[in-house]
Amino acid sequence: MEKELRLMKGNEAIAEAAIRAGVDAYFGYPITPQSEILEYLMEANPYEKTGMVVLQAESEPAAINMVYGGAACGKKVMTTSSSPGISLMQEGISYIAGAELPCLIVNVVRGGPGLGTIQPSQSDYFQACKGGGHGDYHLLVLAPASVQEMADFVELAFDLAFKYRNPVMILSDGAIGQMMEKVYLKPYREREKTLPEWATTGKPPTRERNIITSLNLDPYLHEKHNQKIQAKYREMEKNEVRFEEFQTEDAEYLFVAYGTSARVCQKAVQLARTEGIKAGLIRPITLYPFPSVRINELAGKMKHIISVEMSAGQMVEDVRLAVNGQTEVTHFGRMGGVIPTPEEVLEDLKSKI
Amino acid sequence: MKVVTGDKDIIQPENLVYKRSSILTDKQFSYCPGCGHGTAHRILAEVIEEEGLQPVTVGVCPVGCSVLMYDFLDIDMQEAAHGRAPALATAIKRLLPDRFVFTYQGDGDLAAIGTAETLHACNRGENILIIFINNGIYGMTGGQMAPTTIPGMVSTTSPYGRDVKTMGNPLKITELVAMLPGTCYVTRQSVHTPAAVRKTKKAIKKAVEYQKRNMGTCFIEIVSNCPSGWRMTPVEANKWMEENMFKFYQPGDLKVPPEEPEKSKDDNE
Ligand SMILES: Cc1ncc(C[n+]2csc(CCOP(=O)(O)OP(=O)(O)O)c2C)c(N)n1
Ligand code: SF4
Ligand SMILES: [Mg+2]
Repeated sequence: MEKELRLMKGNEAIAEAAIRAGVDAYFGYPITPQSEILEYLMEANPYEKTGMVVLQAESEPAAINMVYGGAACGKKVMTTSSSPGISLMQEGISYIAGAELPCLIVNVVRGGPGLGTIQPSQSDYFQACKGGGHGDYHLLVLAPASVQEMADFVELAFDLAFKYRNPVMILSDGAIGQMMEKVYLKPYREREKTLPEWATTGKPPTRERNIITSLNLDPYLHEKHNQKIQAKYREMEKNEVRFEEFQTEDAEYLFVAYGTSARVCQKAVQLARTEGIKAGLIRPITLYPFPSVRINELAGKMKHIISVEMSAGQMVEDVRLAVNGQTEVTHFGRMGGVIPTPEEVLEDLKSKI
Repeated sequence: MKVVTGDKDIIQPENLVYKRSSILTDKQFSYCPGCGHGTAHRILAEVIEEEGLQPVTVGVCPVGCSVLMYDFLDIDMQEAAHGRAPALATAIKRLLPDRFVFTYQGDGDLAAIGTAETLHACNRGENILIIFINNGIYGMTGGQMAPTTIPGMVSTTSPYGRDVKTMGNPLKITELVAMLPGTCYVTRQSVHTPAAVRKTKKAIKKAVEYQKRNMGTCFIEIVSNCPSGWRMTPVEANKWMEENMFKFYQPGDLKVPPEEPEKSKDDNE
């Protein structure tokens, strides 16, 4: 079957890609700027076509715990929300990470703190990349910068989630969720018929019972469990780092930016180049695991590095750790739902020269 | 007829009147002596065995004293976050509609932190069984006041007795659930006497049958005890339960499905 070309919002692309990727269930609760995902799925009614369950939950805690229940059956299960809703899900996400369940959580980020604003923001980086809920755990975090990547990352997310038995987050923002771009959609893939051997599906006489839990009353056993999940994170750090570079070959100044900010920085690099400033951009695609090794390599050649984020400066901490003092690292950003312009970014760069 | 001369001769298959359910594992219960949790587990295990449900059962256990239920029953189980079991069960049943899905929850779990999940799962009419162990207290955390603690009842956080003026009223969530259109069978039972155990077991069997017929949510409250949290001996606890808890939480059916649902379903078709 041919790939299909459509003009879609980022949110709609996620929904359509989920149906096509053979996702088994979606559980969600409305919140701007991502309600189109649930609306699109309800209208598409995929249960009739692929058997995909779509349910509007009574709250985000309910939605994430439905994800837990479905994921523990070995099914491909997902939820989506925006910042305040994702905060409410944190207990459930911690349980999912602790019980080693694969699933997809999409955060179409809006400005905080509190009820904040419905405008796009990147101020949930810490929450997404540093754990978010209680305990030592990581999500594998993918940061799309286009509607195409919103669609493509759904399938990638489930592949990675099942490979590592770990929750994966797509960390998007209100701009990418709401903007329309052309997107190539993959053909429909059948839902998985065989379930993983650890899934709770009813105990046949041929195997031991399956138990999904994050509890260990014995601290020594629980330390072992923690070591096991930490070992997975080290594997991810080795195998799953993804990033994209733009005009870094001869660059003397480097932007580090993801998602919407990376789009702004790409333009800022072009503007800088017309003025003879050798600027470049590295765009982390995985925020956890972070492309620290590559940033460290690039840092030696740079006169200055700017982490451009729509936040007070969160990723900049990881950039500094990666650069490890080789050159100066600063942050530039707007907060509260404001998207910086390429001109503003260029001005900030010029102030460092 | 064989003449019985000693113990060995009595132990014959034909003389067997009771045996431990094959669904119970060898693990010793972690419950305090006289606690109702153990009895409730046992009859649930017996129903699963007698109805041949082991290969199709997925259970959800809560945060509470029964958090380690999966150690005691030889079935597939998921452990839920505090109060969220009905959300897990909703997804399990939606994704595996031909399985027997139950939750087993304490009163703190089901009627305080999990009130929303409980009411909404019941209101949606999820085809699951909710077993609700109401011991009027937070057993696991050491005997604090629960949403079900009856007026005047002493707990570690109501040391002078529950004062409803300042601490609020006990929540009769079973009565609430019975009003919801999604529930098909709502009953209040207990497990403190052999007769009560038989009735509760029968109730679980009915719920299994209703779930097979996709009739909606079945909700079985088991009014139970917590000798440790109540600071009583097991005998005192059961007596206190009968004299005080049963007045407030009267045993019996609150909602039963209409007669012969299968027939009426056929009629509609
Ligand atoms: C989010 C959260 N809050 C609080 C607790 C602590 N906690 C554990 S069990 C429990 C109460 C259990 O009481 P109940 O549900 O009545 O079960 P019982 O032990 O009485 O059977 C509480 C408050 C927790 N584990 N998680
Ligand atoms: S604390 Fe109470 S509910 Fe928990 S096992 Fe002991 S008696 Fe049972
Ligand atoms: Mg209790």
